[in-house]
Parts: sequence; structure tokens; C-alpha cells
Amino acid sequence: MAEVIEREERAIEAPSSPPLTAKEAKSLLFTPVFDDNPIGRQVLGVCSALAVTTKLETSVVMSLAVIFVLALSNVSVSAIRNHIPSSVRILVQMTIIAALVIIADQFIQAFAYSISKQLSIFVGLIITNCIIMGRAEGFASKNPPMHSLLDGVGNGLGYSTILIAVGFFRELLGSGKILGVDVLHLVTEGGWYTPNGLMLLSPSAFFLIGFFIWIVRAWKPEQVEED
Amino acid sequence: MLEHYISLFVKAVFVENMALAFFLGMCTYLAVSKQVTTAVGLGIAVIVVQTITVPINNLIFNHVLTEGALAWAGFDGDLTFLGLVTYIGVIAAMIQILEMVLDKYVPSLYNALGIFLPLITVNCAILGGSLLMVERDFNFPESVVFGLGSGAGWALAIVGLAGVREKMKYSNVPPALRGLGITFMTVGLMAMAFMLFSGIQL
Repeated sequence: MAEVIEREERAIEAPSSPPLTAKEAKSLLFTPVFDDNPIGRQVLGVCSALAVTTKLETSVVMSLAVIFVLALSNVSVSAIRNHIPSSVRILVQMTIIAALVIIADQFIQAFAYSISKQLSIFVGLIITNCIIMGRAEGFASKNPPMHSLLDGVGNGLGYSTILIAVGFFRELLGSGKILGVDVLHLVTEGGWYTPNGLMLLSPSAFFLIGFFIWIVRAWKPEQVEED
Repeated sequence: MLEHYISLFVKAVFVENMALAFFLGMCTYLAVSKQVTTAVGLGIAVIVVQTITVPINNLIFNHVLTEGALAWAGFDGDLTFLGLVTYIGVIAAMIQILEMVLDKYVPSLYNALGIFLPLITVNCAILGGSLLMVERDFNFPESVVFGLGSGAGWALAIVGLAGVREKMKYSNVPPALRGLGITFMTVGLMAMAFMLFSGIQL
């Protein structure tokens, strides 16, 4: 089914823009993961990234919601990019994004109610997540839908990488669990691990992201900022 | 009664600081905190917009969106699912109006705040304030106090961070940590400092 849709989209695309080569597709999809990470490099979407990472489960759900909204908003913005006067484009993009976020929000409330309680306002805040506006404005409004879809998924993956890594370490070190399963046995339950309470509080997320940026930039020195 | 509002205000400014405890408005927080003067401008703009939009969204939520609010008009459905798109629309419209009013009547303030106002539309602290207000069932006066307090807390946090970052110029930061990395660490330390307020009860 997905293949059919994909082929149709490409068929519509073909006359107006050059076809997407496999190499291009790969670069669109994977550059944002390490080389041009939305959080670590473009400083976009940090807002909601930090608050939902106390557990791995919530990080994963949040990542999926962002990938969904980002991919579809990129496709929609790109599909109508030649029909929207530039003076009202921000408004139109905002409405598209808000509609998609409402869908994601209602979906999570319907099928994962306890997680939606934990995510509280942060699903709604995907609207103002700068990644979504940033990619809609910076990429999708200038490129054909297929490219935009890949760009959206790629940036969503870049965001998810950071989110899931932070969620993993915070849950592991803060409560000795991964996805709710005991990994490190806690002292309170007769084990050996004393949980680090700081990991469950907000400052630890800042430190962890700081460390991630440090590691990535030590590995790829061309990303270092000179000021 | 007054105590209740003071306690709510202090809680919104220090204990539940928008930037440091809830991570809201982080994009602008990290991007516009290089100089104290610009940080002060942005901080004031956030306070003003937050104090206006949270109460307005409160009125809209209580009198239009919530279940049974439109019963007098013969419609008793629940419109809360439209909340997100309504709040962001109200925020964008209010900022536009504020911009025009300032431009007409207080040009000096407009020149100082002008560039920050459009930025604020996509600042999660503003939308987050409205969503938190809905989540916590605030009434109208509470929402005014909460709007003012959360805006003030955000302003305090960004001015503080800008002050620290100005001093950072004189320190020798490891190359890979320069810029964004060390800023995250600084914010982490500030968040830890703000957590000291968490035991305060008025």
C-alpha cells in the first residue's frame, strides 16, 4: 500500500522536479541525525525535548508524535507551497501544524491515556516546537513533497536520537529501570544501586544534553563554535 | 485571599519557573541570551504578552470551549479539542494587535521591543502558560496572577543567564564545549540553584 502511494507521489512529482536519487534520499534522511542535528546544531526544538525525558517510554511516544507531525506538516506545506501568498504563509503553516498536533494529541489520549497524562501539556507544545516551524519555513516551502517528507523524517529522527538517549540515561540512573523493567537493583529493594535522584529532576537534562553536544563536537570538530 | 495570590505568584516566579523547571521557551532562551540588554527587552515583552494572553485564553476556555458553556445558544457539546488551535490563534492575534498599538502610541517602546514580538508567537512559554492554566483549572483572577508571575519568572531566568554568559567571555572553555554546550551546563547549574526555592510555602 505504502509503495503504491509513494509511486503515485513520485509520478505526480516527475514532470516538475528532478527525480530523487537514492544518494540524495539517504543524505536528506541521515544528515540531520549527526551532522546537522536539530537540537545539537540548529538549536531547534529544545523546548519540549527536555521535560518529557524522565522516562524512556514517554521519550519514545513523544519522538513518534514529533516524527509524525514533522513529516506530514512538511509534506502538506510543500504540496501547497506554490499556491500560498507569502504574506499569509506563516498563518497557514501554523494552522496545518496545529491540526496535525490535535490529531496526534487525540490519538495518544485515546490509545495511551496514562502516557498522555505524563506528557501533559508537552504534546500540545509540539505546535510551538521550533523544529516544525523551522523545517516548514526553511525547507518544505522551497522543496518538492518527496524531499520534504524525507527531510521531515530525518529531522524527526535527529530529534528522537537525542530524546531517546537522554531518556535512557535519566531512567537508568534515576530509577534503575529501562522501560519500567528493573536493570540496576535498588538499595531500597535489597540490591546494590543507590538511585541518583538528580536524574529525575530538571537540571540533569541540561547536563546530559550539554555532555552529548560535547561528545559530538569532540568527535566532529568542524561543528565547534568560535566566539 | 491575598495570601493565596501572593503564594501563587511566588510559586510561578521561583518554584515552577517556566524556563528552568518546565523547560519552556528554550529556543529563544538559548538564542537571545548573549547580551543583558537584549535579554531585558525580550523579558519585558514576554511578561506583557503572557499577562494579556493567559487571562484571555482563560475567558475563552471557560465561556466558549468548555462543556456546556454554549448551552444558552442551544449547543451543549464539548469543544475543548479545539483548544490548541484557538490558543495559538489568540496568541498570534494578540501579539499582532500589541505590535500595532505600540507602534501607534508608544513608538519608543515599539522600537525597543519590536523585533522580539514576532519571535514570541512561537515561544513555548506563552502557549505553555495557557495550557498549564487550563490543566490547573485557574479562575480569572488566578490566571492574571499566574500570567504575570510566569512571565516574570521567565524574564528573570533569561536576564540571569545573559549576565552569566557575558562573564563567560573571560573564561577558558574547552573548545568542543564552547557556545551551546557550556550554555546548557550553565542553565543546568542555574536550574539547580532555582530548585532551592522548592520548599518555600507562604
